[in-house]
Amino acid sequence: MSNEILVFCEFEGGAPRKTALELLQRAVALGAGPVSALVIGNADSSALGANGAHKVYQVSAPALASYSTGAYTKAFAAALAASGAGTLIASASSIARDALPRLAARLGAGLGVECTELRNAGGRIVGRRPVYAGKALVDVNIQSPVAIFTLRPNSYPVGPAPGGSASVVLVDAGITEADVDVKVVGTLAPDSTAVDLTEAERIVSGGRSLKSKEQFDAVVRPLAAALGATAGASRAAVDAGYAGHGEQVGQTGKVVNPSLYIALGISGAIQHLAGMRTSRVIVAVNKDPEAPIFQFATYGIVGDLFEVAPMLQAELARG
Amino acid sequence: MKIGVCLKQVPATDTRIRINADATAILTDDVKFEINPYDEYALEEALRLKQAGKATEVITFTVGGADAEARIRDGLARGADRAVRIDDPALAGSDGLGLARVLAAALKAEGVGLVFAGRQSVDGDSSTVPAMIAELMGASQVSWVDKFEVEGDAFTAQRAAGGGMREVVTGKLPVVASCDKGLNTPRYATLPGILKAKSKKIGVMSVAELGVDAGSVGAGAALVTFTNMGPPPERPAGRILSGDTASAVSELVRLLRDEAKVI
Ligand SMILES: Cc1cc2nc3c(=O)[nH]c(=O)nc-3n(C[C@H](O)[C@H](O)[C@H](O)COP(=O)(O)OP(=O)(O)OC[C@H]3O[C@@H](n4cnc5c(N)ncnc54)[C@H](O)[C@@H]3O)c2cc1C
Ligand SMILES: Cc1cc2nc3c(=O)[nH]c(=O)nc-3n(C[C@H](O)[C@H](O)[C@H](O)COP(=O)(O)OP(=O)(O)OC[C@H]3O[C@@H](n4cnc5c(N)ncnc54)[C@H](O)[C@@H]3O)c2cc1C
Repeated sequence: MSNEILVFCEFEGGAPRKTALELLQRAVALGAGPVSALVIGNADSSALGANGAHKVYQVSAPALASYSTGAYTKAFAAALAASGAGTLIASASSIARDALPRLAARLGAGLGVECTELRNAGGRIVGRRPVYAGKALVDVNIQSPVAIFTLRPNSYPVGPAPGGSASVVLVDAGITEADVDVKVVGTLAPDSTAVDLTEAERIVSGGRSLKSKEQFDAVVRPLAAALGATAGASRAAVDAGYAGHGEQVGQTGKVVNPSLYIALGISGAIQHLAGMRTSRVIVAVNKDPEAPIFQFATYGIVGDLFEVAPMLQAELARG
Repeated sequence: MKIGVCLKQVPATDTRIRINADATAILTDDVKFEINPYDEYALEEALRLKQAGKATEVITFTVGGADAEARIRDGLARGADRAVRIDDPALAGSDGLGLARVLAAALKAEGVGLVFAGRQSVDGDSSTVPAMIAELMGASQVSWVDKFEVEGDAFTAQRAAGGGMREVVTGKLPVVASCDKGLNTPRYATLPGILKAKSKKIGVMSVAELGVDAGSVGAGAALVTFTNMGPPPERPAGRILSGDTASAVSELVRLLRDEAKVI
């Protein structure tokens, strides 16, 4: 195994996702070894060189057109073998969550998931991640020759592309339809077209206090739209049917890491905090000055959300 | 067909945690444990399939000490037929792969055709064990499902995909499915269920009895270790914006723009 770091880069609509650039830039900043990119499927990989990859390992086959555990796991294994990289890093995405534990078991590789920090400890990469619903952080050390880490989106800022170019190495993994063990037969679009919560830069969330789906739609969503933010919700709001299951933030919902998180009428229960406490700026609006959320808020307004939210929206519109 | 359910006990999520002296784990002496909430969805799904005549037996599988038996009994009281508890000093310090090794061996030994596990356990929050079990059993897998149907030797499920999408997928048994919120509403134990559970069997298995090499599990075989456990960094004290609502709101917008630079 070499000290090369292989970065799994996901694409959307033909362009690398922001998380791919975040990972590449972080991998370069680690200074622990040369950085290469892994692309599964067909994609224009020129942006990857500009963000620090010196090589792009590309695995393509018709059977990789949509995600399947079997074909992707095989693709990851082939790219690791072809590159000889000792470290694979990926964003904590749904693909990574599904395929990488399987890959780790196949290769006997240590897997450190959901890291919010990756650092270089004398040439060895160490992760740090929240455990116990964010009540503690722990270093994740990997002993095996191949180490795999996943990093939560938005853990590091993405700077301008430093420039550069990568050579493309095509990896033949011998993938056929027979590797597609579980087949995708349909997709269901999310309720909204906004950026997915886990990758969102800005989030406006509403709680039980919204009292109805109609009010949630009338108060939380327009403010989110005005900020270019994604709407989120507490579990109490989701369970009451004010927002969709996919919109729940927290330990049993989505873990988010935006630069701005606005909580409207959310008390700040530990399970909700577990999903959003790493947000860079937290704004809390709550009529109860004793609400626990204020202990975590960067800025707080004690007041009625039905008054504050529309005013905030109007103030933003004023520019 | 037998269905296996992976059941883990975890500290109740609102428990205050205390970290041990060498900063590698928490102290568990006064911790209140409960069934991992996602494993409740897993158990419920298995019980429903049995009620629908698609399974003959529901067996729960737990890696854990005798103190986990109260949670295992709870599973039996809800309707599981029997339980397997894997307990062995050789397992101390196992990583996720070590746990998956013994769970996969036990599930295979029972010949289960379908395994339900939780999406993640709410202490380690790793979401890795189910897919590792699937690989080690040679079964297929489907992660984070909120809908699951089985017909003969085929299944159809709905799972989380990128960008907030959900995918409908099909495949063949055996499969390990990790269960998400939204799949079902778990039942509670009833009094008759609790009484019946008293005579149900919890079989305790050692690593050797499972035919697993003791050198492949436990601290010695762990590829992943945790160190430096500590509380999250304190957030700098926040600021309550006072005054009437209108001035607080305009001050907020100014701070978001000029101080925090997030809008
Ligand atoms: C195992 C487990 C997992 C869980 N997972 C999650 C999870 O993933 N996510 C999650 O969110 N929760 C989760 N919970 C639930 C959590 O414990 C709380 O019950 C939930 O977060 C409360 O939601 P809330 O803040 O909307 O409601 P409440 O706690 O009822 O708070 C409502 C708040 O709104 C304020 N308010 C009311 N009216 C107004 C108004 N007009 N203007 C301003 N403020 C107002 C009140 O002062 C109060 O603070 C979980 C619980 C358990 C046991
Ligand atoms: C604080 C702490 C420190 C740890 N240190 C390490 C370490 O250094 N390296 C490491 O890799 N692991 C470590 N573990 C040990 C343990 O092996 C982890 O629980 C394991 O990695 C699985 O992760 P998870 O508990 O998050 O399970 P997940 O993968 O999130 O669990 C998903 C599902 O798998 C099933 N499952 C998981 N565990 C069991 C079980 N015991 N019995 C039955 N079913 C189960 C359940 O259905 C569960 O819902 C640690 C755990 C904790 C809590």
